[in-house]
Amino acid sequence: MSSHTGTATLTPHLARLEAESIAIIREVAASFRKPVMLYSIGKDSGVMLHLALKAFAPGKPPFPLLHVDTTWKFREMIAFRDMMAEKVGMELLVHTNPDGIARGIGPIASGSALHTQVMKTEGLKQALDKWGFDAAFGGARRDEEKSRAKERIFSFRGPGHSWDPRGQRPELWNLFNTRIREGESIRVFPLSNWTEYDVWDYVLAEDIPVVPLYFAKERPVVKRSGTWIMVDDERLPLEPGERPQMRMVRFRTLGCYPLSGAVESTAATLPEIIAEMRVARTSERQGRLIDTDEEASMEKKKREGYF
Amino acid sequence: MTLHRKLGQHELLRFLTCGSVDDGKSTLIGRLLYDSQLIFEDTLVSLAKDSRKHGTTGDEIDLALLVDGLEAERQQGITIDVAYRFFATPRRSFIVADTPGHEQYTRNMATGASGASLAVILIDARKGVLTQTRRHSYICSLLGIRDIVVAVNKIDLVNFSEDTFDRIVGDYVTFASELGFRSVVPVPISARFGDNVTQRSGNMPWYHGPTLLEHLETVDVTQDLAGKPFRFPVQWVNRPNLDFRGFAGTIAAGRIAPGDQVVVAASGKTSRIARIVTADGDLPSAEAGQAVTLTLEDEVDVARGDILVRPAERPPVADQFAAHLLWMDEEAMLPGRGYLMRIGNIWTPCSVTSIRHRVDVNTLEEHAARRLALNEIGFCNFSAGQAIPLDPYEESRATGAFILVDRFTNRTAGAGMVAYPLRRASNIHHEHFSVDKTARAALVGNTPMVLWFTGLSGSGKSTIANIVEQALHRAGRPTYSLDGDNIRHGLCRDLGFTAEDRVENIRRVGEVAKLFVDAGMIVLCSFISPFQAERRMVRDLLGPGEFVEIFVDTPIEACIQRDPKGLYARAQAGQIKNFTGIDSPYEAPEHPELHIRTAGRSPEECSAEVLDRLRAAGIAC
Repeated sequence: MSSHTGTATLTPHLARLEAESIAIIREVAASFRKPVMLYSIGKDSGVMLHLALKAFAPGKPPFPLLHVDTTWKFREMIAFRDMMAEKVGMELLVHTNPDGIARGIGPIASGSALHTQVMKTEGLKQALDKWGFDAAFGGARRDEEKSRAKERIFSFRGPGHSWDPRGQRPELWNLFNTRIREGESIRVFPLSNWTEYDVWDYVLAEDIPVVPLYFAKERPVVKRSGTWIMVDDERLPLEPGERPQMRMVRFRTLGCYPLSGAVESTAATLPEIIAEMRVARTSERQGRLIDTDEEASMEKKKREGYF
Repeated sequence: MTLHRKLGQHELLRFLTCGSVDDGKSTLIGRLLYDSQLIFEDTLVSLAKDSRKHGTTGDEIDLALLVDGLEAERQQGITIDVAYRFFATPRRSFIVADTPGHEQYTRNMATGASGASLAVILIDARKGVLTQTRRHSYICSLLGIRDIVVAVNKIDLVNFSEDTFDRIVGDYVTFASELGFRSVVPVPISARFGDNVTQRSGNMPWYHGPTLLEHLETVDVTQDLAGKPFRFPVQWVNRPNLDFRGFAGTIAAGRIAPGDQVVVAASGKTSRIARIVTADGDLPSAEAGQAVTLTLEDEVDVARGDILVRPAERPPVADQFAAHLLWMDEEAMLPGRGYLMRIGNIWTPCSVTSIRHRVDVNTLEEHAARRLALNEIGFCNFSAGQAIPLDPYEESRATGAFILVDRFTNRTAGAGMVAYPLRRASNIHHEHFSVDKTARAALVGNTPMVLWFTGLSGSGKSTIANIVEQALHRAGRPTYSLDGDNIRHGLCRDLGFTAEDRVENIRRVGEVAKLFVDAGMIVLCSFISPFQAERRMVRDLLGPGEFVEIFVDTPIEACIQRDPKGLYARAQAGQIKNFTGIDSPYEAPEHPELHIRTAGRSPEECSAEVLDRLRAAGIAC
C-alpha cells in the first residue's frame, strides 16, 4: 500500500488487520438497533476502542462502552477506565451483579468458578438485558484458546444469551448474517484474526494507552499455586506466615486481581515487553486461573453466556 | 532475530486444509504449529493430559488435539467445525482454516474456502484419491481457489514408496485437469513424524521438491485487486454534523484519488471524489483493502448498499441472474420459495426461479433436480426483489458473492456465486395503465384484500369462507373465492402434493389473488398452505394490510373424526402420500391476523369472528 500518511508506521500486515476490524465495527453500527462495546480495560479492549474511534472519524462511535465490574478489578484498572472514558468522550456504563453482592460472592470466598459465573457471566447477561442491547462487541481473539478458534466473527446468541457451538451459522466471505429476532443477539469479535503479537505491535505503532500494570514495577505479591498474586488491597487474606514481598513483576493479562497471576519481569517499556514476548514459552492465559478449572472449561463458560 | 518479531513485516497467506476423515489434517496443522515453536509450555502440559484421555497415538502426544477445540470433536476424534490457526515464519504470516472432511460438513469446508487463497488437500497414501478428495477439490475450485498443494500423507505407512506417490499424483492431476487450477504442487509427507512438513525427510531421497512449509512460504498467490475495476460498496453513511457527509466502506477492488469521477452503479448518478478521509488525515489516494470514508463534490443520493464505480467500468444491473448455489440448511431449498439475499451491503428478497442442474460433487456430473438438499450444489436462475449491480464471482467477490438467509429462522441457508445476469431482466418492463387498483376499487366502493384461510384438511376453512362470502355479497361487496377445487382442476392441474409442488401451487394462487385484488375485489382463499414461507410469500406480493391471514385451528383428532372427504382414512391406510398432518408437516402461523379456534363452535360462530374483524377495519358487511 503506497499511500498511507497517518498510518505510515503500520506494516502491511497490521494495516490489513486494522482495515478488517474497522469494517466489522462499521457493519455493527449499520446493522443493529442498539449495539454496545464491552470494555474490559485490558490491552485488547484498548485496541478495540482505538479501532472504533478510527472507524467513525470525524464523528464519534454511535454506541456506548460497557464495563461489567466484579468489584475485584485492580484499583489501577478502574482509575484507567474512568480516565479513558473521559478522554474519548464516550458514554461509559458500569454494571455489577447486585445478587452477587447480596450473596457475598467473591473470588476468595466462593472460588474462581462460582465468582466468574455469577459476577462476570450473570452480570454481563443482566447488563445486556437491562439496556436491551442487541449486539455486543468483545475483544476476544481466535489465537487465545481452542474453543475461541472456532467462533464466528458475528456469533449468534439465542434467547438467554446461549451459544450453540455446533449450530453456528456458516460465515462466508465478509457477508455477515446480521439478522436476529426479538430476544436474540449477536456477539461481535473485531479482533478475531489478531494474535497477541499483533496487539502489542499495534499498541506500539499507534501509541495506544494501556494500564500501567502491563509494565514491570516493584509490586507487593505473594506466591500462590506457582504464580505471583498481587496484594492489591486488604481483602486478600494472607495465609499463616505468608508476607507480601516486593518483586519486579508485570501482568500479561488482566482480570480480577486474586485470579490474575503476575510474571517476574523487568520489561518496563513497550519495546521491552515485545522483546520479552519473543522468548516467551508460556501462553498469556497461563496466568489466568479461571481457565484451568476443568477441561473444555472455556467452551462450557461460553455456552452459558461468558464472553 | 526470532520468528515472532518478523511477523507482520511480510505478506499474509490464508490457506485451508481439507481431506477425508482420518487423512491427518488436524495432525498436520498441529505439526506446523509445533515445529514453528508456537506451542507454549502450558499448552503442551494440557495437550499431554488430553492425549492420555482422548489421544490415538499411544503414549506420544496427539498433535491433532491442538486444533480440535470443541468437546464433541475431542470425544469423537473428528473435526466438526472450521477452526482458524495462526503461525508465522521469518518469511510469512499464516492463517490456516482447518476444515472438516465429512460430507455432512461440506458447508463448513466451503466457509473455510471462501476466505482462503490456497488449499492443502491431504490424501492418505494408503487410500489414494477418494470420492472426498474429488469433492473437496471441486468445492475449492467453485469457491475460486486457484493454487493447490496435494499433500500425500502417511507416506511412512507405505514404506516411503515413490511408485505409490507417483501413482496418486498421476490420478489427481488427471482428475483435476478440468477444475481450472493455476498450480498443483504435490508433496509426500508424514504429518505424524514430520517428514517434509517443515524438515526435509531423510527417508525419501527420491523427492527433490520443496517441503510443505517451504512451498507455503514462497508460493505466489497475489491477486492484483488494486489493478481491477474500482468497486466501493457503501457500508455506512457518516454524518456527524450538518457540515460533513461521508461514505464509509472498504475498497473492494481498484484504486481511487480525489478528483476522480465516480458513478452510483444502480442509479447512474455521477460526481467526483472530494476527499479520502481517515482518522489519520486525508489520503492522496487509496486502493483495494483500505477502510476509508469518501466525500463527494456534489449532493448525490447515496445510501448503504450503493456501490461507487468509475463511469467507464459500470457493472451490469439486473434483478435476474444465474449463479451457483451451495445449500447449507437442513431444510431443502425449493424453487419459488422466498429467501433473503445479502450481496455486498444489500439485503433483498430473492428466490430461485429454476434449478438448471444439480452438480454431483463426487463425480461432477450434472443432474436434473427439483430441490437442493443440505450440502448440495446447483446451478440456478434467481429473481431478486430489486435490481442489483452484479459481476461474475470470479471477477469480483464484492459484487459476485452472496448468501441466502431463511426468512423465519434467520439461518444462513445458502452461499451463491454469480455467473452472469440474465438478459430478460433488463428487457421486461412493467406496463403502466392509467386505470389502477385504487380507481377500480373506488368505482365499486370496495376495499380490496385477500382473506387467506389456512389450516388442516377438514378444519372447516371452505365452510367458514363460504358463509363469510355470502355475507359480503349481501352487503354489496365484490368477492371471489379461490380454493383447491377451482384451482387444482385447472390452473394447477399439472401439480401434485410434494413439497416442491405445494410451493408452486401457492405461488400461482398468490399471483392470481393479487390480480383479483388489483381488479378491486375481496378474495377469499382457502388452502391448507402448510408452509410459513409460502404464506409469507403471498403476503409480500400484496400491499400493507391487504393480506389477512386467518388460522382455522382445528385439532387434528377432530379433523380425522370429521373427515368429510374420507381422505384421512386413505392417508392413514397409506393410500395417499404427503398428506398434511399425517406424513407431511403443517407449520401453524405464529402471528395470524385472526386465530379461530373451532373446537365446540358452529361454522356460523366462527365466520362471525371474521366479519367482526372486517367491520372493525371499516368494511360494512
